[in-house]
Amino acid sequence: MSVKLSASALAIAAVAATSAAARDQVQVAGSSTVLPYASIVAEAFGENFDFPTPVVESGGSSAGLKRFCEGVGENTIDVANASRKIKDKEIKACAEAGVTDIIEVRIGYDGIVFASDINGNGFEYTPSDWFLALSNEILVDGQMVANPNKTWADVNANFPAQALQAFIPGTKHGTREVFEDKVILAGCEATGAFDVLLASAEGDTDKAKHKAAEKACISLRTDGVSVDIDGDYTETLARIESNKDGIGVFGLAFYENNTDKLQVATMSGIVPSTESIATGEYPVSRPLYFYVKKAHIGVIPGLKEYAEFFVADEIAGPDGPLAEYGLVADPELADTQNAVADEAVLGSNM
Amino acid sequence: MTDVSQPNSAGTPQSSLHRLDARTKRRNAAESRFKFYGIVAILIGLLMLVTLLYTILSKGTGAFSQTFVTMQVELLESKLDKSGTRDLEKIKKVTTFGYAPLIKGAFEKSVLEHGIDTDLKTKDMAKILSKSAASQLRGYVIANPDKIGETIEFRFLANSRVDGYLKGRVSRESIANDKNITAAQLDFVDQLIAAGVLEKTFNIDFIIGADASDQRPEAAGIGVAMVGSLFMMLVVLALALPIGVAASIYLEEFAPKNWITDIIEVNISNLAAVPSIVFGILGLAVFINYMHLPQSAPLVGGLVLTLMTLPTIIISTRAALKAVPPSIRDAALGVGASKMQAVFHHVLPLAAPGILTGTIIGLAQALGETAPLLLIGMIGFIASNMPETIGEGLLSPNSAMPAQIYEWAKRADPAFYERAWGGIIILLIFLISMNTLAVILRRRFERRW
Repeated sequence: MSVKLSASALAIAAVAATSAAARDQVQVAGSSTVLPYASIVAEAFGENFDFPTPVVESGGSSAGLKRFCEGVGENTIDVANASRKIKDKEIKACAEAGVTDIIEVRIGYDGIVFASDINGNGFEYTPSDWFLALSNEILVDGQMVANPNKTWADVNANFPAQALQAFIPGTKHGTREVFEDKVILAGCEATGAFDVLLASAEGDTDKAKHKAAEKACISLRTDGVSVDIDGDYTETLARIESNKDGIGVFGLAFYENNTDKLQVATMSGIVPSTESIATGEYPVSRPLYFYVKKAHIGVIPGLKEYAEFFVADEIAGPDGPLAEYGLVADPELADTQNAVADEAVLGSNM
Repeated sequence: MTDVSQPNSAGTPQSSLHRLDARTKRRNAAESRFKFYGIVAILIGLLMLVTLLYTILSKGTGAFSQTFVTMQVELLESKLDKSGTRDLEKIKKVTTFGYAPLIKGAFEKSVLEHGIDTDLKTKDMAKILSKSAASQLRGYVIANPDKIGETIEFRFLANSRVDGYLKGRVSRESIANDKNITAAQLDFVDQLIAAGVLEKTFNIDFIIGADASDQRPEAAGIGVAMVGSLFMMLVVLALALPIGVAASIYLEEFAPKNWITDIIEVNISNLAAVPSIVFGILGLAVFINYMHLPQSAPLVGGLVLTLMTLPTIIISTRAALKAVPPSIRDAALGVGASKMQAVFHHVLPLAAPGILTGTIIGLAQALGETAPLLLIGMIGFIASNMPETIGEGLLSPNSAMPAQIYEWAKRADPAFYERAWGGIIILLIFLISMNTLAVILRRRFERRW
């Protein structure tokens, strides 16, 4: 009996102890693309400041922002990492839960690359190639027909006759949206399919028609040629290793760490690199962000210092460790630094 | 057999047990076929086990050794403590960025002293060192501020690519497109090995250290996660064992047998089959969102795993209590013991080995569990320091061994992959020793009637 009593006493004591003690480390969650950068910063932050090392979790941009918008308080996260901009819908959800002052911080840019097995064929893509390879319906003689392409040679006569097989990020990833926008949609427009779809699109207004046509453009074929990967890039890499015909979609940093297994394809004639992305030549890139709850600054020790440290020149600048890992430094970093220092929130004059 | 063949024995030859008839032959053949299938099944199982163990050991042992560069470093007072007061607060003001040039200079000097001839620039030479080198040195200086001004011998970690080169993972062919290291740097590494500056030795930091970020896989260790697992197991043991044993004693010995206890019994069995992720969701909703316990804390992990382990412990405890023959209870009651005395003085001690076995197996199961931890924030980049007190160990953020392995397996740098396998070896050692303990307890103390 006494054992039982002491056990429950222990539980009660533990509970009492926690409600009294304030959380002293920064909690971060969100995009798995931002995770490596955030963990590099968190590590350096823990080393150089008297604050404990922040905890960085992944789970995807949407999941992170959802947790971010759960409310204000110690048992909610302080920072959400995102590989895309926060949506109006999410800002609204945040506001409903009492999270009103959100500081948006852009840390830099990330390139999305297409890579295949190192010993396989090399490719020089254009967005049209990807649209013709993966779209559900393509334009043939002025008619939209179900995609008949079986090999890359069917897509583009210059390509070898390698079976079509693509491993693309699943829909919960922020990367998927960029892939749809910058590659498939661009290809849809370039091949003229978009105009045909727009002409036949249903909708009351031009905007609705436009939206319907875009949606039709990015609907991908479901016959197994395009495979959604819901896990991380390591899973995509494993798929390519087991199926040498596969072409995978990766982040630039991941590719640069696995150059012994992967070869990268060019897009519209440009080789992806931090330089070509910084200049905007390489077309498939996107900004990376993190969002900070202003209400937590001053409550959670080290939160503002963490945000400032993240965008400091020695970290996020062109010669910093983030750039070395594969982040494309933001040319407007100074503006971001000022915004963080002033705690400028979303919706204010930014 | 003879009876059956009796009626028509007139013309046909007498069947004999010594002469096999066709039907017996068929039955014997079926039996030997079945034996053969059984042996094949066992062989397949063994083959898989051997393959698994071989893969784990061949891929994971590399994580236990690491490449180090040894050199003399002069801890310049002008750089590290300008005031000369040895005031720790002022020394801490010098960030790792301030230490980097110091190490670069020391490395260049050391290369010259060893007479190594290379065309590499200092910057490219220093690249073969780990990115954690500056933080290693800063940690040392903060721990020993009195050493400032002296020249010390220091062992720095080498970059994971260099480490991979010594372990055979990286070759001159494989780095053709790698921007992190060049063939010239590998030539330089060969020279350093010849000079005895660079060598691969056992790496204790893998077993006792903390996680490291994506840029420095060579510095990552599983130690802090191991402590996180330990604290979770403490919570599980402190809660699940007394609650589980009390519940099973009541259900088995005292509770009336009616439909309510029947329903409870069925539900305990059901609970044992609930997927563990469900307990994670429950933990998030109850312990974090409602009770406001901290996120990523081993206490919450332990509570969630307690829920998961309870059914296992209850079921095995009840089985152990059932196995104690009723004559023991009757004898105790017969000499005048109360029901409670009979249970606690006679039944429980006899059932103890079974209860302990069940508990240890339940703990081993909980130790390897990852899914529920995902939801309570124990999976991620959690590079906290070793906790100093029990309270801190329970409440400050930490990971767990399986969570750490999962985290490493996800990362881009192939060096983390090796560490994931290394982590699996450590986890397996824990699981095997726990299961062995359970077997020994059962063998030594269990009584059969």
